[in-house]
Amino acid sequence: MSDFPFLVTMIAVPAVGAAVVAALPKGRELLARQLSLGVSLVVLVLAVLAAVAFDTGGERFQLTTSVAWIPDFGVEFALGVDGIALVMLLLVGLLVPLVIGASWEDGPGGTPEERPVRFFFAWLLLLEAMMVGVFAATDVFLFYVFFEAMLVPMYFLIGRFGGPRRQYAAVKFFLYSLVGGLVMLAAVIGLYVVSASELGEGTFAFDALRQLEIDPGVQKLLFLGFFVAFAIKAPLVPLHTWLPDSAAEVPIGGAVLLVGVLDKVGTFGFLRYCLPLFPDASRAFAPLVLVLAVVGVLYAALLAMGQSDMKRLVAYTSISHFGFIALGIFAFTTEAASGAVLYMVNHGIATGLLFLVVGMLIARGGSRQIGDYGGVAAQAPKLAAVFLVAGLASLALPGTNSFVSEFLVLLGSFPERLVYAILATVGIILAALYILLMYQRTMHGPARGVVAPAEGAGSPPGGTADGAGATAVLTAPARTAVRFHDLSVREIAVVAPLVVLIIVLGVQPQLLLDIIEPAVVATLDDLGATR
Amino acid sequence: MAEVLPAEGLLATSWLLIALPLAGAAVLLLGGRRTDRWGHLLGTGTVVAAFLLAVLCTVRLADVEGRSVDVDLFTFISTGELDVRAGLLYDPLSAVFVLLITGVGALIHVYSIGYMAHDPARRRFFAYLNLFVAAMLLLVLGNSYVALYVGWEGVGLASYLLIAFWYTRPGAATAAKKAFIMNRVGDVGLALAIFVMFAQLGTTSYEGVFGAVGTLAGGTVTALGLLLLLGACGKSGQFPLQAWLPDAMEGPTPVSALIHAATMVTAGVYLIARSAPIYDLSETARTVVMAVGALTLLIGAIAGCAFDDIKKVLAYSTVSQIGYMFLAVGLGPAGYVAALAHLLAHGFFKAGLFLGAGSVMHAMHDQVDMRRFGGLWNKLPITFGTFGLGYLALIGFPFLSGFFTKDAIIEATLDRDDWLGWTTGGVAVLAAGLTAFYMTRLMLMTFFGRPRWEDGVHPHEAPPVMTVPMVALAVGSVFSGALLVAVFPLSDWLEPVFGEPEEAEHVIEPFIIGIALTVIMALGVLAAWLFVGRREVPVTAPVRVSPVTRAARNALYADTINESLFMRPGQWLTRALVWVDNRGVDGAVNGLAAGLGGSSSRLGRTQTGFVRTYALGMLGGAVLVAGALLAVTSG
Repeated sequence: MSDFPFLVTMIAVPAVGAAVVAALPKGRELLARQLSLGVSLVVLVLAVLAAVAFDTGGERFQLTTSVAWIPDFGVEFALGVDGIALVMLLLVGLLVPLVIGASWEDGPGGTPEERPVRFFFAWLLLLEAMMVGVFAATDVFLFYVFFEAMLVPMYFLIGRFGGPRRQYAAVKFFLYSLVGGLVMLAAVIGLYVVSASELGEGTFAFDALRQLEIDPGVQKLLFLGFFVAFAIKAPLVPLHTWLPDSAAEVPIGGAVLLVGVLDKVGTFGFLRYCLPLFPDASRAFAPLVLVLAVVGVLYAALLAMGQSDMKRLVAYTSISHFGFIALGIFAFTTEAASGAVLYMVNHGIATGLLFLVVGMLIARGGSRQIGDYGGVAAQAPKLAAVFLVAGLASLALPGTNSFVSEFLVLLGSFPERLVYAILATVGIILAALYILLMYQRTMHGPARGVVAPAEGAGSPPGGTADGAGATAVLTAPARTAVRFHDLSVREIAVVAPLVVLIIVLGVQPQLLLDIIEPAVVATLDDLGATR
Repeated sequence: MAEVLPAEGLLATSWLLIALPLAGAAVLLLGGRRTDRWGHLLGTGTVVAAFLLAVLCTVRLADVEGRSVDVDLFTFISTGELDVRAGLLYDPLSAVFVLLITGVGALIHVYSIGYMAHDPARRRFFAYLNLFVAAMLLLVLGNSYVALYVGWEGVGLASYLLIAFWYTRPGAATAAKKAFIMNRVGDVGLALAIFVMFAQLGTTSYEGVFGAVGTLAGGTVTALGLLLLLGACGKSGQFPLQAWLPDAMEGPTPVSALIHAATMVTAGVYLIARSAPIYDLSETARTVVMAVGALTLLIGAIAGCAFDDIKKVLAYSTVSQIGYMFLAVGLGPAGYVAALAHLLAHGFFKAGLFLGAGSVMHAMHDQVDMRRFGGLWNKLPITFGTFGLGYLALIGFPFLSGFFTKDAIIEATLDRDDWLGWTTGGVAVLAAGLTAFYMTRLMLMTFFGRPRWEDGVHPHEAPPVMTVPMVALAVGSVFSGALLVAVFPLSDWLEPVFGEPEEAEHVIEPFIIGIALTVIMALGVLAAWLFVGRREVPVTAPVRVSPVTRAARNALYADTINESLFMRPGQWLTRALVWVDNRGVDGAVNGLAAGLGGSSSRLGRTQTGFVRTYALGMLGGAVLVAGALLAVTSG
């Protein structure tokens, strides 16, 4: 089975699917949704089969495919996955169908002519294809192409389907990415030049590049080129301010993929490219990165507490979490790095769920402001319960998946990076604060703001507020209060897999750690022995 | 420590103790309204079953060589050098706690059937209560600090859910959040202790840590002891993290009885007793434990004298009594058994007192203000009788349980015969008098004097489903002390954990201490009668009071201190940072971006031009850097 070209198929299927969905005639919205869901489910099945075919004790890169692409420059269309890339593909495969399910009734606001449903889903599928490519590429140039191409669908998801400040957010997103992309391209070319001078023939193949002995001074320059791009993507403080704007304006499905997967390309890049290709520079810059990481953990957590907009709040919690991931990667121990990779997956699940629930809340109340809500739990207990599960996973409560990863990051960095680990540990208090403050204000207390007080027992038939969609214009001055109905069957189907995974991976993290660890060990070997 | 054998037979199935209530919680939470009719019965049934299993397990354990078995379950986390296995340690210490948790837990589940009968969310209540029992059993049965930590935060979650059970009340929601946050502060200590263990010893299992802790430097051991103490203070409501526990009384009263009196809040005592091999090696850590205990038991006793809310008085009493337990575990080998005996006796009488308070509230339309009680003794005869026995046990009335267990703590403290022993022991003696005062005040205001009920209140005794558990706990309050100290000595049972009990050298003869403490207790009772019992109790609290009373009413300003030291500066910092992030960081980058590519709005309008700029910029940058690199590498 491992001969099957999983990775190529996983790129081709959603890419072709995107083209087909986009080409559908007007008025076939339902078909566009169904087709998109079907395509994304095929990718999920392929991802799971690829994981089954993957041998955890085998070669570092498996399921490899390689064809010459631009022979003159040694560029190959080379794909392959190690354990780290594999778990990220599983995350992509999991999240996209859920996002499509969650966006099912997102009639993008405005007239259908301006924001056609089919394009929304087509962009989602194209994004999926690019995300698979960026994790599966084993050729640095190919990686760069996917890295940049991935921006295009996200740019349109923000700029065309987003909230009231979508133009501003989309341009900001693109500008930041532009700067990151530029410096990375420079470094990619620089890497090629170095390989040409050392090997006599330039190459972009990862396996060849990681064996180069690069002069430490040059390493530092090249490291910075990659690092800045990844640090914008991940994002680390102080390069983070584009994320709250983008995450707040993009429709909720896009926010899940943006924060859950796209941003992980940054931390994935640290592990795949910065550490193995530039070991000396990585060690030299590690103290700086660790400072940024720990400052990010605390600074973003404090900022999360100060937000009044729920989507921005979740975006800031993610920036805080990315600090933990960066800490785990640059602590250079197996435990911390395994924890960081596990964190990347777990964060996608936990924060993905948190975004989805927030989206469902916004779809009902029509406001992103925490202050507009209160007492939702009494009217929508299932929604409140899922919100709580997502929140508890975000604050890394033991028993949830995130606990294991956060614990590993802190425990693994503690022996080598004592002060950083202690400071980051304080972050767990702040995490409890920002989650429980938001939860208490929106879910507990008496009905308030857009939540109409309950009048007697019995709930009205569902489907009253759902149709409004999470993408609707959200800052209308006076909102009428509505009765909140509980989760619909569709919504339960969307959140249930994530809730189950939060618990299962909280009790059996070894399912993923067994896949992750060999790749982490190989990465740290490239770096030179762990310190 | 005794050698630990692998578990066999019945003991190998002891994981069912945790699985049963956990399954109960899962069924009730996922089953929804379908389980409304029988949910409370299922919830009670799982805990009763767990109790029966616990009794059988304990009987079997008594026959095992060394009375300690290990139940290995599965690999939890394994990567790098870390290998955490999920497993249980069933030994005399955990067995004692398992019996307390499931026994008192079962009684309180039964009581709750009646207490929550008219609450539309009774099923949810039993689900959370089951969840709590499961997490608490994991806490005491886990065989590593990681397993303990999982249970530790699990009970924190259950506590949060149950304090906020009536979440539409803002007070309940705020109290729940406060409890969780203050516990998290303590959890940081516990987490850091685990990290130190891994960094220094490469393991987190009890067996591994205790086997190698002797190889550590003294400073490291002390650090471990202090970090664990921070965790213990959070969970057990000890200074400086005591302020959440009285607020936690917002939860339904059975919760206060089970979680915030008998079991969860004593987890800190368990943690320190379990970590005895660490504390045995650090005099400094033990001294700090004693100081924290002595300070807290005094704070709790002072605050207990001033409140009019019956549950708050009992809550501060709990804070104070756990302070006694901390004082005792801080003594080291001389005090572990005394601490645990008091913990068990306290589990009975304080749970009984809370259930009695619940019965009073039940009769008085959820009134908690004692100024609105009075003369209830003949209206609620069973409640009065059981509550009265719990009261006598708590104040140390001769030959009831508190008399044996509290005296043992004070004796052991004074036996140190050094400045620390005399100071902390003196505080403990003083607080014993205060205990008699505040509890007598509570008794007088609630059960005696003229009725001061609000209109329309017609007190009636609770149904048998509530009174039977109260009677059972009252029996325990009366006899547990004598049983644990004299008849079936707890010290013998715990010998595999703490070693042979040493024959203490008494500085003062125990019977003299017994008499002295009885006299001090009597003085406290007398004082209460003079100040409260002789006079008419006003239905509103007097406003013009002495600064001492005012300080006590404000619980010695713990909340004020927390707010001005942490909360308000934190809010200012947050607001300042939001401003900086929006103006400073974002503004700087926006300005840079504007300079780079023109104004944002223009860029937004002309996307094609934008992409062209992008491509051009990429090319230009690439050429530049490639040229620079060529120069560097060739040079």
